[in-house]
Formats: sequence, structure tokens, C-alpha cells
Amino acid sequence: MPATYPADSVGLVEPQRAVFPAPLALECGRTLSGFELVYETYGTLNAAASNAVLVCHALSGTHHAAGYHSPDDRKPGWWEACIGPGKPLDTDRFFVVCCNNLGGCHGSTGPTSTNPQTGEPYGPDFPMVTVRDWVASQARLADHLGIERWAAVVGGSLGGMQALQWAMDLPDRIAHAVAIAAAPRLSAQNIAFNEVARQAIRSDPEFHDGRYQSRGVIPRRGLMLARMLGHITYLSEAAMREKFGRELRRGKDDYDFHYEVEFEVESYLRYQGESFVERFDANTYLLMTKALDYFDPAAAHGGSLARALASATARFLVLSFTSDWRFPPSRSREIVRALLETYKPVTYGEIEADHGHDAFLMPVPQYLQVFRTYMQRVAAEVAA
Amino acid sequence: MTGLRRDLQIVADWIGSGSRVLDLGCGDGHLLRHLYESRNVTGYGLEIDPEQISESVANGVNVIQTDLDQGLSDFEAEAFDHVVMTQTLQAVQRPDRLLLEMLRVGREGIVTFPNFAYWRLRYYLAILGRMPMSGALAYAWYETPNIHLCTIHDFEELCRELGIRIIERRVLSHELKPPRLGGLLPNLLAEVALYRFRRA
Repeated sequence: MPATYPADSVGLVEPQRAVFPAPLALECGRTLSGFELVYETYGTLNAAASNAVLVCHALSGTHHAAGYHSPDDRKPGWWEACIGPGKPLDTDRFFVVCCNNLGGCHGSTGPTSTNPQTGEPYGPDFPMVTVRDWVASQARLADHLGIERWAAVVGGSLGGMQALQWAMDLPDRIAHAVAIAAAPRLSAQNIAFNEVARQAIRSDPEFHDGRYQSRGVIPRRGLMLARMLGHITYLSEAAMREKFGRELRRGKDDYDFHYEVEFEVESYLRYQGESFVERFDANTYLLMTKALDYFDPAAAHGGSLARALASATARFLVLSFTSDWRFPPSRSREIVRALLETYKPVTYGEIEADHGHDAFLMPVPQYLQVFRTYMQRVAAEVAA
Repeated sequence: MTGLRRDLQIVADWIGSGSRVLDLGCGDGHLLRHLYESRNVTGYGLEIDPEQISESVANGVNVIQTDLDQGLSDFEAEAFDHVVMTQTLQAVQRPDRLLLEMLRVGREGIVTFPNFAYWRLRYYLAILGRMPMSGALAYAWYETPNIHLCTIHDFEELCRELGIRIIERRVLSHELKPPRLGGLLPNLLAEVALYRFRRA
């Protein structure tokens, strides 16, 4: 059967791999002797290499941001709402790049990769990576692709933090930074959620201090719990009520008085947790949540985010969502305020949406509208 | 870019080249865009309406989604040379507080508003017995965002009370034309009033 894809999808895509043999010194003090990144690209790089946009993924994201890997794919990439012909990241105009972050579990060097020193999977021996390290590794990918300067670096949540870090660390290589549903650092409550998720994983009997892979097992229950907890925080109360209410599973109209799945929301969470176990690595989850916890650019500048951002020359678009309680609008406003303090060019939109933190993945009309309009300006600048 | 509305042209002429400007209720951002392009001005627009924000973005304006009724706490004192508010004063909850906020974050304030004592509005109420409408007040009573309409007398009295020094006043009569009687009887003949002011 000939595969057909929606006209505004990038369609069939294939991941690529880049090998970086030179050592990479990490913020934690350790050095990776070399590394690999798996990435996807959509659209065409123009002759001046001026129309490239880097998309940074969030906690559990991958390089597969848009399109389909095979005609049988049930779902497209994670940011299908925003990447494609005519979409905010218009692939008729931009060359969009998204890589699986270092430390990830979808092909880039990470805990599931073989440690060249031992011939065994890294597992817990994989060094801690930070948002800063990701930016450094992504800069090598830019070199590899012949991209001197990104027209924009964009991301939601943890991806937005990477966009901010790009603007701070490599100001000459980024024209616009787009931070969506992000925060300048985690709150104690955010870190607390991450810690519960980590403890769920680390206390699973199958965790084996992170060496589960060489024993041929996975800390299934812990990872599932971590994801269930995460999911609760990504949705809003209203979104959950709307989606599930107190509905019992189809076909039932009374309580069974047991602990098996009864409510729809239980069924949903278990499904999310179980399917996550199939596609994600526990050590990577630990690493990524730690990278989130550690992100705090203001700390090195006496707590002043404005001073941390002083080196930035990019123009900024900051977007938040009204029902996001994980990174609420007030957190985005901290970023905006820091930029205003030193008169940096910034546009800020607070999008009315009741999907919670996950709204950045959704086709919310007002969100797509502002994002698209902004990116059209960016495209006009680079004559894309 | 061509054709700034006459009232906005007067505002633009009050703004020095290279200034830092904050435009409260910037709408589609065309005043700021004009200032960016013609006067090398830098600055931001504040706007609450999502549609208008998109328009501002399309105009290349740095626009911050903000509810002016929450004040200007995102901004430091004396961050701007000019804080501008065109045709918005009458739509905020506490115009008095916002005027003071304008002079906290800016060296100079500029406001324009529809003069509620304009003779056509008086005619509406006095003779027709109906809530006034005009070009500058283009809403029916039940849907108007304008909750604090005032007259030239009222505004100047408020400025006196708040210790605000008016530097310059301009008025425009019907359809934003210069007043025929050269600004005589402004409270009666001005449809729109424009002010520059500072801290006393």
C-alpha cells in the first residue's frame, strides 16, 4: 500500500548519525573520549547555510521530532504540531535539525552505549551531563553540518533551557532563542518531583545500582512509576478532569472494591508508564532529571539571571501556558524580566490553554499563531 | 512605512531619536515600528490581546503580553525615556496608579485619550439622552472597554493632585483634524487630547 502522509507533514524521515572522535570535557569534570549523536533533519539547508533551526528536546524526547519512520508508524515525531510545511517551523523555509541529546537512549552516546574502556554498557558509569554539555555537543553537530550560526535555537521545557544556554554560551552562533514553557531554574517543588521519580527507579529491586542492563533486566516498576508521576505533573487538573473525570473503564458502572485498574485515569497512567518502559532507559531518565535540577545559570552570577544573560546577543521569544503548573507563566516571566533589565530584545506571550505543561506539544491555535508569526520574521531576515 | 494616524504622528514627534520607549497597549505595534524605523528608537510594547500580539510580532515589535491593571512591576525605575499610552488610559482599572507607574519607569509620560467633554458627546447625552459614541469612542455602552472616561479638565486636575507636571498639551478636533479655532475652548472642542508630562 502506498503510504500517504498529511500534506503539512515532513513525511518519511530517516535518522542520521554523526561521530565525533575528539574528546569532550564535561562540566562534571570528566571527559568523554569521543561521542556520537543521532539526529534528524527536515527541509533544506540553503546555500548560505543561514536558514538552520536547532530544535532541542525535553526530558524524554528524542531526535524524532517530526514525520514518520515507516508507513506503519502509528504516531509522528513529538513536535509534529510545529514542524512541517506551513507550520511554525516551516520546512519549506527552514532547515530543521533535532538530535538525541548526549546521555540519551535513542542512539546518541549514553548509558546504554558500550564503554570503549570496558567493552560493557556504560550504565551508571556514564558521566553526568548538563545543559551546558549538551550545547557544547550540539555545537559540534552544527560544525559537522556546516552551520556557523543558527537562525534560531528553539525548545520547550528542558529544550527551552538549552535555547537559553545557547544564547549565553555561544552568542555568535545563534540569532534567535525561543524558550517555550521553560524556567530559568527548577523550583524546590520541581526538584522534589524529580527526586521522587529517581527514587522510584533507584529503589526498584531490578535496578542493581544501575547495572541492570548487564544482568538482562530493567527496573520496570520504578521507571513506570517515575513516568506516571511525571505525567500527572505535565497535565493540568482541568485537562485530566476533561479527559477522564471519574469515569470507570468502559463497560463498568460500579466499583469492584479492589486495587486493579478501575478508573479511566488509572488505566491511562498505567498505559503511559508501561509504554514508556518499552522505549526509555532508566539511567538516562536519572541523568536527564539531574541535568534539569542542575540548570541554574544565575547561580554563577550571584543569583542574577540578568547578568547570566548579559553575554547574549540573540533576540528572544518566550512563551508560557496559563495552565502549566510545572513551569507556570510566572517562571517564564522571570526570564523575560531578566532580559528586560538589560534591554534585550524579547517578545513574550502567555498562551491561554488548559493542557498543562504538555501544551507546548499541542496544536493550540493562539500558540501556533504567535510562534509562526515570529518565525516568519526570522525567515524573512535570513531570506529563507 | 507611511500614514501614521495624525494623533500618533504628534506622539512620534515628541519622541527623541535613539530613545528607549515603552508603549502601553501597543495594539498592532505600528507606532513602535514607526519609531524603530524612523527614529532609531528601542523599546517594548505591552499588550494583552493575543490577536494584537501576533500583529505586533508581524511588525517586528518586541511585545510583552501584559495586563496593565497588574502594574508595571516587570520594569525597573527609570528604565525608559518615554512611556507612551495612546487611547488606553480610559480602559484601565486605576488610571491614577498607572500614571504614577508610568513616571516611575519612565522619565517622561505621553498619553492620549478621548475627551469626554467634546461637544458632540455632550450633544448625544444632553439632547438625545443616549450614551455618547464617536470616532474615538466607537463602542456601545454595553460592550465598551472604556471604564474610566474623563475630560480635559478631569485629567489636568488629576495631574495636579498626583504632582504630575504637564509639559505640553495638544488637541485634535473631529476626525483628528487640527482644531479650527486654534485650540480655543479645548474642553468643548477637542475630540482627542494629547499630553506630555513629567514628575513635578
